[in-house]
Amino acid sequence: MVVFALFIISKAGGLIYNREFHSGLSKLTSNDYLMLAGSFHGMHAITKQLCPAMPAPVNPSSTAAVLAPSPFSGRPSGLEVLESTHFRMQCFQTLTGTKFLLFTEPQQPNIDSMMRKIYELYADFVMKNPFYTVEMPIRCEKFDRGLDGFVKVRS
Amino acid sequence: MSGAQNQPTGLRYPSNKKTIYDRNLNRTKNAELSRAAFAYLFVEMISYAQQRVRGIADLEKRLNNQGYPLGLRLLDLLLSRSSNPLSSIRPTRILPLLQFIAQTLWRHLFGRPADALERSESDASQFMLYDNEPLVNQYISLPREMSQLNCAAFVAGIIEGVCDGAGFATEGVSAHSVAEQEGGASAGGGMWPGKTVFLIKFKQEVLEREEILGRGGG
Repeated sequence: MVVFALFIISKAGGLIYNREFHSGLSKLTSNDYLMLAGSFHGMHAITKQLCPAMPAPVNPSSTAAVLAPSPFSGRPSGLEVLESTHFRMQCFQTLTGTKFLLFTEPQQPNIDSMMRKIYELYADFVMKNPFYTVEMPIRCEKFDRGLDGFVKVRS
Repeated sequence: MSGAQNQPTGLRYPSNKKTIYDRNLNRTKNAELSRAAFAYLFVEMISYAQQRVRGIADLEKRLNNQGYPLGLRLLDLLLSRSSNPLSSIRPTRILPLLQFIAQTLWRHLFGRPADALERSESDASQFMLYDNEPLVNQYISLPREMSQLNCAAFVAGIIEGVCDGAGFATEGVSAHSVAEQEGGASAGGGMWPGKTVFLIKFKQEVLEREEILGRGGG
């Protein structure tokens, strides 16, 4: 069980949090990370448009369960999972449009519950922090510590 | 009822005409508040205090001022709530007052007593009240340039209000983070990374009175 990294992308497409838990992903420059986040943001928006017509049944690509109960359950979710031989990327978009990208090993179980826990930590230690400005890079010591504790217990 | 609603006064009457003053004092005794709701409210209180503020001391002063009226009122509320008439007398000596703060007030506000109470060895007028994990700071991570700040200054304001309301004038109550170790976050931050001490410094006249009362009682 290895969790490689967590990215958080703001609703404008900027990378606001980037954390590596385990080496294994190839290193990129910080500029590349920003571009990666921007490209993913665009791709996510396009995949949303690709969704079949509204009354269609479940989108075959989005087999993963929806994390939060959405009030717009019929709304297309866009890209959720990306798998390759060496990693699996799970994307979770909050109702306000912030995206959490979690890079794990392909066999990693329980990503949904993990994502929910990370979202909870974000809601607690980032959104309830008076010194955090929305949409700006996240620098919250307690959030880092919470993630560390959570990921280390898991792996 | 409708007359009251049409008037542009600040006081609003609920439809059953029962204002907060008609309620039984003990009704909300065991009521609990949502921690998240408090956290968001506190976020806004800090943002409000941060407007046009000069420096960290100024910000702490403002938070202190926000807590002060709460302390004045809580003293009366908590004392009139107690069912035992003997214990609803205001504390007249320093130690019972501090016990009241560390036990009754802390339990009311945070659901548990304070962690330690000490008297300063160097200065007899100074008392230290410890809280290992202040509830108000639970979700707060300070930015590096404000590491001096402790948002528990709000709680310090409440304490100051209680002391003043009971007739124990203070030079001021302040909240400080206790630096237990040098390691920082990477070392795990020790057992209680958010440990906070509230310094309560009473005025000289309070100590003089205490001494006279002590002689009279002894």
